[in-house]
Amino acid sequence: MSENKQHDAQKSYLEETGGRKGIFKWILSTDHKRIGLLYLYSIMSWFFIGVTLGVLMKLELIAPGITIMGAQSYNATFTVHGVIMIFLIVIPGLPAVFGNFMLPIQIGAKDVAFPKLNLLSWYIYIAGSILVVSSLFAGGGPPDTGWTFYAPYSFKTGTNMLPAVLGAFVLGFSSILTGLNFLVTIHRLRAPGMTWLKMPVFPWTLYGTAWIQLLATPIVGITLLMVIGERIFNIGFFDPAKGGDPILYQHLFWIYSHPAVYIMILPAMGAISEIIPTFARKTIFGYRAIIVSTLAIAFVGYFVWGHHMFTSGMSGTALFTFSILTFIVAIPSAIKVFNWVSTMHQGSISADVPFLWAASFIFVFMIGGLTGLILGALAVNVHVHDTAFVVGHFHFIVFGGTGFAFFGALHYWFPKIYGRMYDRAWAKTGWIIFFIGFITLYGPMFYLGIRGMPRRYFDYLPDYHGPNIISSLGALVMVTGFVIIVINLFKSARSGEKAEMNPWGGTNLEWRIPSPPPLENFDEIPTIDKATYKYD
Amino acid sequence: MAEEKHHITSYKTYLLVLVALIIFTLLSVTITQIELSRWATVAALLIAGIKSTFVLLVFMHLKFDLRIFRVMVGLIISLLVVVIFITMLDFLFR
Ligand SMILES: [Cu+2]
Repeated sequence: MSENKQHDAQKSYLEETGGRKGIFKWILSTDHKRIGLLYLYSIMSWFFIGVTLGVLMKLELIAPGITIMGAQSYNATFTVHGVIMIFLIVIPGLPAVFGNFMLPIQIGAKDVAFPKLNLLSWYIYIAGSILVVSSLFAGGGPPDTGWTFYAPYSFKTGTNMLPAVLGAFVLGFSSILTGLNFLVTIHRLRAPGMTWLKMPVFPWTLYGTAWIQLLATPIVGITLLMVIGERIFNIGFFDPAKGGDPILYQHLFWIYSHPAVYIMILPAMGAISEIIPTFARKTIFGYRAIIVSTLAIAFVGYFVWGHHMFTSGMSGTALFTFSILTFIVAIPSAIKVFNWVSTMHQGSISADVPFLWAASFIFVFMIGGLTGLILGALAVNVHVHDTAFVVGHFHFIVFGGTGFAFFGALHYWFPKIYGRMYDRAWAKTGWIIFFIGFITLYGPMFYLGIRGMPRRYFDYLPDYHGPNIISSLGALVMVTGFVIIVINLFKSARSGEKAEMNPWGGTNLEWRIPSPPPLENFDEIPTIDKATYKYD
Repeated sequence: MAEEKHHITSYKTYLLVLVALIIFTLLSVTITQIELSRWATVAALLIAGIKSTFVLLVFMHLKFDLRIFRVMVGLIISLLVVVIFITMLDFLFR
């Protein structure tokens, strides 16, 4: 900003309030770091609701028959759980929290390109979130269509579809604006000397993500509007009786929602690519291959949506095309896994907390990815479609992938964000309990799915009882781990030991400025003269 | 930014484009009276495509902007074309 601010440049962004008090120093600040934290706190709050709904489902499934709720409540529970988790948490997740906080710092900028637009995106996010969550409480009961809002049921059901669908629609704008902001930031605000091929991997993955946010989100926006149109005006886009086509809905929905999986997973991969070189004390293996695979995932990811519709009655030609494209899109993900493992090879590994998250990320992500290929195979898909197998698969990808990377990134950048270090022993305890709980919770779903237990049922045959008990107990273990992690971080943010500038020995720009960073990150915009992740 | 030369489009051009858009809108309504069966969608999309080209080029100034923007818009539209093409692999072969 202005010259007279120079003298107190060492004040951290947390002390720099811009003359505002209390909550206003947060909700009126256009500082990308504060906005990142606003997202962190709001996402975490919704996450508690999402987790609670998830636990309720696992409690229901702990025994056959009605345990704590009946069919209608169960349908509503998994719908709202899905909508909250997907649209409110994992889609904004890493880009909105760590992208906002770290992107400008990692590319050597003082802020994002449009700070006010950035704050507006958060307000839009909050507006959309409130709409979605209000569907839980308002009028006709919570929505019961599943998070996919499949037609024709989504315009026939009497439940609160409008707030949920409208909320998802509004959230899309937040996503688009954040993507646009990041694109311009990366194009225009890189520090002198930071050429494209000197940029760290996390900004690169945000770049790929931003294109998806910008180009795919409008499609779901239109689709949700069409659902609203169907409900209010009975237009008939998806109604065969009026010449419409219900499968068209599925196409439109998945044209967005498959790329959305890459909105979730690409920045997660970026965070993992930051953590692993730092804790292996080694330059990342195959930097260019990682960049190319990132862009390849973003690009090919547009054309595989039909693998969600293998049993919907698509033409044989389409089935074949989507299956083969799905197998192709697995290749760049595998390249990344290969690169991470090769980075660790002959490195000097310190198994500190962020590394544990990153290593377990690779483990669960591999399981999620490979079971995805099972689902991508046409013949097998018919057998496991809409079974617990699918639920296991996407929780390994979305929670195991994005979730683990989120916690990894949180533990990695925590000392930078708050200038304090957390209790590492507690963090490791939380991690191992969480990890064991996670595997116990979602592992049995693969078995149940192959044995034929359908997803989205509140009840099941007695044959499926054993694995369901294990799964439900796993949920309780995982929640215990989660509570330990959150309490540890929460306490440490207030009263943890002071953290140094570079506690992990990282090489990128964020580790060359004070913890927590000053308001405008850099006293002087740095000039970059060497490649990223270089250890001497 | 302020020093850059901006192309100024005359009101007459805008008006002509507006008239063209109205004519095409009327056309897309009248065309529904003719029985075209599955070509009806093609016709409607074609008209809509022409209309949006006008809007993009003139109203949104793409015609007078840097070449790179035209290239980028072109790439994005080709993405859309591929997506529609793949969807048609389902619809037309069912
Ligand atoms: Cu998919």
